[in-house]
Amino acid sequence: MDISSEPQTPDRADTRLGAPLLSVRDLTTRLAVESGVVQAVRGVSWDIYPGEILGIVGESGSGKSVSVSSLLRLLPSPPAIVSGSVMYNGQDLLTLPERRMRRIRGQEISMIFQDPMTSFNPVKTIGSQISEAIRVHHRSVSRRAARARAIELLGMVGVPSPEGRYKQFPHEYSGGMRQRAMIAMAMANQPKLIIADEPTTALDVTIQAQVLEILQLAQRETNAAIVLITHDLGLIAELADRVLVMYAGKVVESAPVMELFRQPRHPYTLSLLGSLPRLDVELDHLVSIPGQPPSLTNPPPGCAFYLRCKMSDGRERCWQEEPALLSIGAGPRSAACHFSDEMDGLAQSVTETTGVDVRAGKE
Amino acid sequence: MTSIATARLQSTGQTAEKSPGGTEILRVEGLKVHFPVTSTLLRRTLGTVKAVDGVDFTIAAGETLGLVGESGCGKSTTGLSILRLIEPTSGRVVFRGEDLTGLSKRSLRPYRREMQIVLQDPYSSLDPRMTVRSIVSEPLKVHRLYKGAARAERVDELLQLVGLQPEHASRYPHEFSGGQRQRISIARALALDPQLLVLDEPVSALDVSIQAQVVNLLERLQDELSLAYLFVAHDLSIVKHICDRVAVMYLGHIVETGTTDDVYKRPTHPYTQALLSAVPIPDPEHRGRKKRIVLQGDVPSPQNPPSGCPFRTRCWKAQDICAEEMPELIDRFGHGHPSACHFAAPPENGPAVPASVR
Repeated sequence: MDISSEPQTPDRADTRLGAPLLSVRDLTTRLAVESGVVQAVRGVSWDIYPGEILGIVGESGSGKSVSVSSLLRLLPSPPAIVSGSVMYNGQDLLTLPERRMRRIRGQEISMIFQDPMTSFNPVKTIGSQISEAIRVHHRSVSRRAARARAIELLGMVGVPSPEGRYKQFPHEYSGGMRQRAMIAMAMANQPKLIIADEPTTALDVTIQAQVLEILQLAQRETNAAIVLITHDLGLIAELADRVLVMYAGKVVESAPVMELFRQPRHPYTLSLLGSLPRLDVELDHLVSIPGQPPSLTNPPPGCAFYLRCKMSDGRERCWQEEPALLSIGAGPRSAACHFSDEMDGLAQSVTETTGVDVRAGKE
Repeated sequence: MTSIATARLQSTGQTAEKSPGGTEILRVEGLKVHFPVTSTLLRRTLGTVKAVDGVDFTIAAGETLGLVGESGCGKSTTGLSILRLIEPTSGRVVFRGEDLTGLSKRSLRPYRREMQIVLQDPYSSLDPRMTVRSIVSEPLKVHRLYKGAARAERVDELLQLVGLQPEHASRYPHEFSGGQRQRISIARALALDPQLLVLDEPVSALDVSIQAQVVNLLERLQDELSLAYLFVAHDLSIVKHICDRVAVMYLGHIVETGTTDDVYKRPTHPYTQALLSAVPIPDPEHRGRKKRIVLQGDVPSPQNPPSGCPFRTRCWKAQDICAEEMPELIDRFGHGHPSACHFAAPPENGPAVPASVR
């Protein structure tokens, strides 16, 4: 990977935010399954800086969840084979002994999962699980103090009557409440980094609004950086500072949130934005991206988006040569498209053309 | 495609009156669906879940009515009970002048041809052991239509109509992606030339780019075949895009209804306002500028709903009267856009959804 050696966001590294908190370089995850080897993550590199919210957006199978599970070493091996490096605090998380890794997980880096029903132990009370998370990392904390802290945390995330709720089991909580408790547990040890994997996907929209407020509160309280993994560009627009767009196991575009939405520089990002039905804009029709993502058991040699790309227009380079994620201009942006510069000022008309094609009936 | 449209017009003997927004084809009145909660141990009824508790609406030929709300509001149950896939407890479902609720299974059958359903999950709604051809032709077999070669031809035609190839007919559902499976479900639903499709969260299980393919397909089919849709969904953005009119449901009741444009621009029920304000807008320029109404707590249990207004336990406007008296769904401002709230009013802080310039 030619990109892994150069920092993708040079200006941010120098100025506001200091050194990156976590640096992922050329992370590759292969999963051995019956039908072959799935190249779920194919060389991903990114940095996250203290206090920022980095959004990772992509569709099912784009590798967004697998990449973070890989860096926390949560995937069983076999079937997962992970390579690359994940530098945190001067050490590579991928080579750290398991005993030391356990100390980092849940204390310095914590995780919020999509489905809090399956991520809590169903036969232990919510409260005892939060206390346990505290005591595992701080042996000196007494049971009583851990309990008090857990109740305080539950109250902080808006669980009503936290003392009573402390003694309840996961099934006695509603979905929104469980997700609050999950966030309380993620906050418990004042982590430096919180990884939130589709934290509101299973929730209704009014409950999602509650949970997002709590997530923002968790960030203010702990001052942690957050990696927000989602398929919802609405959440990205509301929360993220910087965004990575993933497609077929790779980062295809990286940009500050405003620039990504204002002027996407990868045709996939552009089509994705055009495919969203909008509350705030009147659209005659949606841009539909024809076809479907390629199989990652046998990924295509050139650009993975080539067959679905309206901009490629059959150009040889797209299917012969894999585009690297290269910086664009002077700003902290990059895109993996050979013809990215053609999108300069073209955003609107490309959307329109693709839209017209779609109406012709050949979706 | 046009051949199907013409064939349909001939077979139903209908011509000009099928213009969109025209003739009413479905009228639902006072629909209630209650489920008893029983204890198997003690063999007695412990209570009733009032999943749908008095719902009225109409759908005209060629029109799309959206039924929106959060999980458990009764929107799917409403859709299913219109087709009598769940038996309504009371109320009337009048399809083209005939009340379906009183009909026997046998006399219901001809109406089943006219009303079909597409379900949310194309993984569980297609039999994995049947080929696409047998899935799509099954309704034809049941209704004894299109014999022999004509039936095969009809299946090919349907597959092309939904953007698949006739060659796909010999394959099995597992060979298709989610979006393609949903096309197969749609082809099956169209086999009998229905006039009304109940679409129960038809794109919720799909990724955004695929979702757009299916939404565009549904819009095209509606134009070509002048279908009426009852579009059941929780995603307010899709409902806005696809529906002519919308009904917002909460705890088994419709709390606000009107044209999509009216309800989205001038919501007057506090729940509709909160719902619209909670949808994240995919435009970072709105960040911090949008007034989000964050509701307290969860939806109450439909087994034990609050007295009076079902929304009062989470409503910031609630007064004593809300606990005593159920607000009627009436047009309170003469806009032809009824809402069920004692204190219905346009949004206090300007429009519920900001407009973006593109």
